[in-house]
Amino acid sequence: MQELKENNHLQPAMPACWNEETKPHKFCPGCGHGIILKALGEAIDELGVKDQVVFGCDIGCSLLSWDFFATDSVQTHHGRTTPVITGMKRANRDIVGIAYMGDGGGYAIGSQHLFNAAVRGEKITIILCNNCNYGMTGGQMAPTTLPGMKTETSPYGRDVEETGYPTKGPEMVAAVAPEGAYVARGTIANVRQLKGFIKKALENQIAGNGISFVECLSSCPTNWRTNAKKTWEFVEKEMAQYFKVGELRTPQVKEG
Amino acid sequence: MAEVSLQGEQRVFMTGNEVVAWAALAAKVDIMYGYPITPQNEIMHYWTRLAPKYGKRFLQTEDEISAGFTMLGGVMTGRKAFTATAGPGNVLMQESAVMAEMMRLPAVFVIQQRGGPSTATVIYAQQETTLTAFGGNGEGHRIVYSTSTHQELFDYTIKAFNAAWTYRFPTFVLGDGYQAKMREPLTIYDPGEKGLELVPTEPMVGENKPGKQFKYLRNTYNTEDELYEVVMDNQRDWDAMAPKVVEWSEKGCEDADIVLVTHGVVSRAALGAYDLLRAQGKKVGVFRPITIRPFPDKQLLAAVQKAKKLLVAESAYGQLLKLVQGALYGAPVEIVPVLRPGIGITTEELVEEYNKL
Repeated sequence: MQELKENNHLQPAMPACWNEETKPHKFCPGCGHGIILKALGEAIDELGVKDQVVFGCDIGCSLLSWDFFATDSVQTHHGRTTPVITGMKRANRDIVGIAYMGDGGGYAIGSQHLFNAAVRGEKITIILCNNCNYGMTGGQMAPTTLPGMKTETSPYGRDVEETGYPTKGPEMVAAVAPEGAYVARGTIANVRQLKGFIKKALENQIAGNGISFVECLSSCPTNWRTNAKKTWEFVEKEMAQYFKVGELRTPQVKEG
Repeated sequence: MAEVSLQGEQRVFMTGNEVVAWAALAAKVDIMYGYPITPQNEIMHYWTRLAPKYGKRFLQTEDEISAGFTMLGGVMTGRKAFTATAGPGNVLMQESAVMAEMMRLPAVFVIQQRGGPSTATVIYAQQETTLTAFGGNGEGHRIVYSTSTHQELFDYTIKAFNAAWTYRFPTFVLGDGYQAKMREPLTIYDPGEKGLELVPTEPMVGENKPGKQFKYLRNTYNTEDELYEVVMDNQRDWDAMAPKVVEWSEKGCEDADIVLVTHGVVSRAALGAYDLLRAQGKKVGVFRPITIRPFPDKQLLAAVQKAKKLLVAESAYGQLLKLVQGALYGAPVEIVPVLRPGIGITTEELVEEYNKL
């Protein structure tokens, strides 16, 4: 195997900024994190910013990416990735700060950080994986759990009368961020588009325009207890029906 | 606000909060992160007035959790950073403090204690002694300096940055609302001109050098054994550091029958009582831990060898007392507590308590 690699006969198809030594990655089979991080990796490669990147990951499944990239990386506490990357960027404006988190980290325990980072227009890039539940802790209801969806803490299905409707994060960020924000929702069901969104989110930070936020619709077959077909159907159809994919905010082009 | 230059030494008359802002400037701090809470607010007020003039930065965050964690982000990039808080804010900051303990981040927290747990009584207390020394789900791998005068607030704030960047443990300056709001004369100075070297900082991540080796900073472990190794490594480092940073002051303990044990601003009352009682020929001594963590256990034990009784006085219900009891476990000396949570203790009150013994 090593020989094949060295002689360039077998080149694993992975972004150059990935840390090859920590692959295969630690996520469950069928998990969407790997696809999101591939899109992110390709975007970093294309922009050639590997050495400026500080990749921050949250607690929850996203923490399994703490050694994912061959870039400076920081794993923080649950919900606290946004403030850690914010603090870095405020102290050193030359870095490309990426805060990577799940829906729990962004919309529940760290929602005040996401909201206020958006209001202040922090010049960082936040990538949030929305898989409709808390994966690492065993499939509890998340802010993004769809109405009627069964989880460990909503075993009879999410009752919106009791628990409200799923959080629409990009819509919230788009509503409060000042001019210069880039806000989009992509999906692992359309990787090319997702990579484009993530790349723009990095470019927007590098240009110093404002906050850049991309939510990624993702899969969790382990906790959803779904097979491949049903997993894909859920991501492509059910999630996308509630969470509309597309760009919500793009910065206005500055007049020359 | 008066323009005060940091050239040379300067005699000034300031509130404690203003002193902390000047000390941070003297320590060449790059950035402060903060969230409003009484009685520490004026640290931010003065910092935000001073900062732009000296090319420094400030970020007002959404809460103390964020103030703590943004500061950690700042120090990870090798910038000298700090925050300041009190009371419930101190509680919220413990999460970032324990991350700093485990990840060995040179974070600096200034705490101006307030009465509690409550609001409105935001004036004064020593009720955050245990919290500041041992708060969070960890082993208290930190340094805590308890100051008693404005001169000390200045000196120890500068020292806190040096200690943090030398030993890579989070470092706290433990003041209180009286120290924060009271005005008092002191000498501010440029540490360099006094031959006091400032410990240089270095980036842990975010350095943009070609061909750099990337780094992983993590606080996640795969097994109990892996975690155990990290905690024990930190414990060994902390134990090795403790004798180098431990500080205390004592007076008259050599021949004292009774020793007054206090910390922070209450130590001033103890010194007053000492002078009055010694003038009456009473064999009294005073002992004061300056570092609450590490606590000067051995030094206290040595200081009370001849004493029959200790008067432990604090503006809390037994927080200093527990540290003293731990240090003196088994020693044949009676401990008499004077515990007044959230209220000040005067020289006269200490003399009165002494006379009751």
